[in-house]
Amino acid sequence: MKKIKIGDLEKIREKARRTSSLRQNKARARITVHMGTCGIAAGARKILTALLDEVGQNNLDDVIVTTSGCAGLCSREPMATVEIEDEPPVKYVDLTNEKIKEILNEHIIKGNIVKEYALAIGSERTH
Amino acid sequence: MEDLSLHILDIVENSINAGATKIEIMLAEDINQNILTLKIKDNGKGMDKETVKKALDPFYTTKTVRRIGLGLSMLAQAAKEAEGNMDIKSKKGKGTTIIAKFVHNHIDRKPFGNMAETIINLIATKGLDIDIIYKHCKNENCFIFDSIEIKKELQDIAINNPEVLSFLKKEIEKGLKEIRKEGG
Ligand SMILES: Nc1ncnc2c1ncn2[C@@H]1O[C@H](COP(=O)(O)OP(=O)(O)O)[C@@H](O)[C@H]1O
Ligand SMILES: [Mg+2]
Repeated sequence: MKKIKIGDLEKIREKARRTSSLRQNKARARITVHMGTCGIAAGARKILTALLDEVGQNNLDDVIVTTSGCAGLCSREPMATVEIEDEPPVKYVDLTNEKIKEILNEHIIKGNIVKEYALAIGSERTH
Repeated sequence: MEDLSLHILDIVENSINAGATKIEIMLAEDINQNILTLKIKDNGKGMDKETVKKALDPFYTTKTVRRIGLGLSMLAQAAKEAEGNMDIKSKKGKGTTIIAKFVHNHIDRKPFGNMAETIINLIATKGLDIDIIYKHCKNENCFIFDSIEIKKELQDIAINNPEVLSFLKKEIEKGLKEIRKEGG
């Protein structure tokens, strides 16, 4: 039976411990990728992967990436909802890897809603 | 769905919605018998007999946002296309197990797809609240990923730490490659 080697895991643990001192920060923003059946069939997994890579690489430890079920709008999947403290949620539709990276940089980091890709502003929920 | 790893992500989503805290994913490739078995077991809220029956109906869903539930029927269809079948075992209050069987070398059997990506996406987004155990065997050669064990070893470091995630992803890819090679 092959398993993940404990020794290697220890090394990674120590490495992570050195780099993650700031990881206790309060979350400033949350991005929810909709991973219901329609979303997955439309390619939501690669959107999530691109987003996780980007958030990891930029050390955005105050950004939470999560998933939820179908948003009820199959034809506009893949979709994601961005929530920033004290601001109404924004739902983005017809996502691609490039669009989600742009949304991360423009909306999450710089604070400018990417209107071009947004569905509706306000009164939206993540579930 | 293009491949099994996407179906698995979708079926696990059901388990998460059912409040599961532990989800086991098992893929067993029996080359001699030419059977591939996929099993997904959760400790979520389960279903009563009536709901199990209805769950196989593509027009059934307990969700309110839309009228049709597709995930389970799509997996059942994928199994059928590869001359296999799907079965749901569930107990209200205990949990649910989904079992799908496929003829391994059937021309219409969907490929595995990227299982490492499926597992890592689950761990990255839900790994703090939910434990995932993924076991993949080709004949007697098995690879096992157990988030409970991994969390123990990580001590105070979170399993969704980016450093940890990229390590785990590589390890899953490596483990799967090894069993594929040895399994012949
Ligand atoms: N693991 C599970 N635990 C409890 N109930 C489940 C589980 N999987 C499926 N169900 C029930 O079966 C229904 C149909 O599931 P599915 O075919 O995936 O469609 P959907 O998730 O879109 O509703 C769900 O709405 C839910 O009521
Ligand atoms: Mg479902």
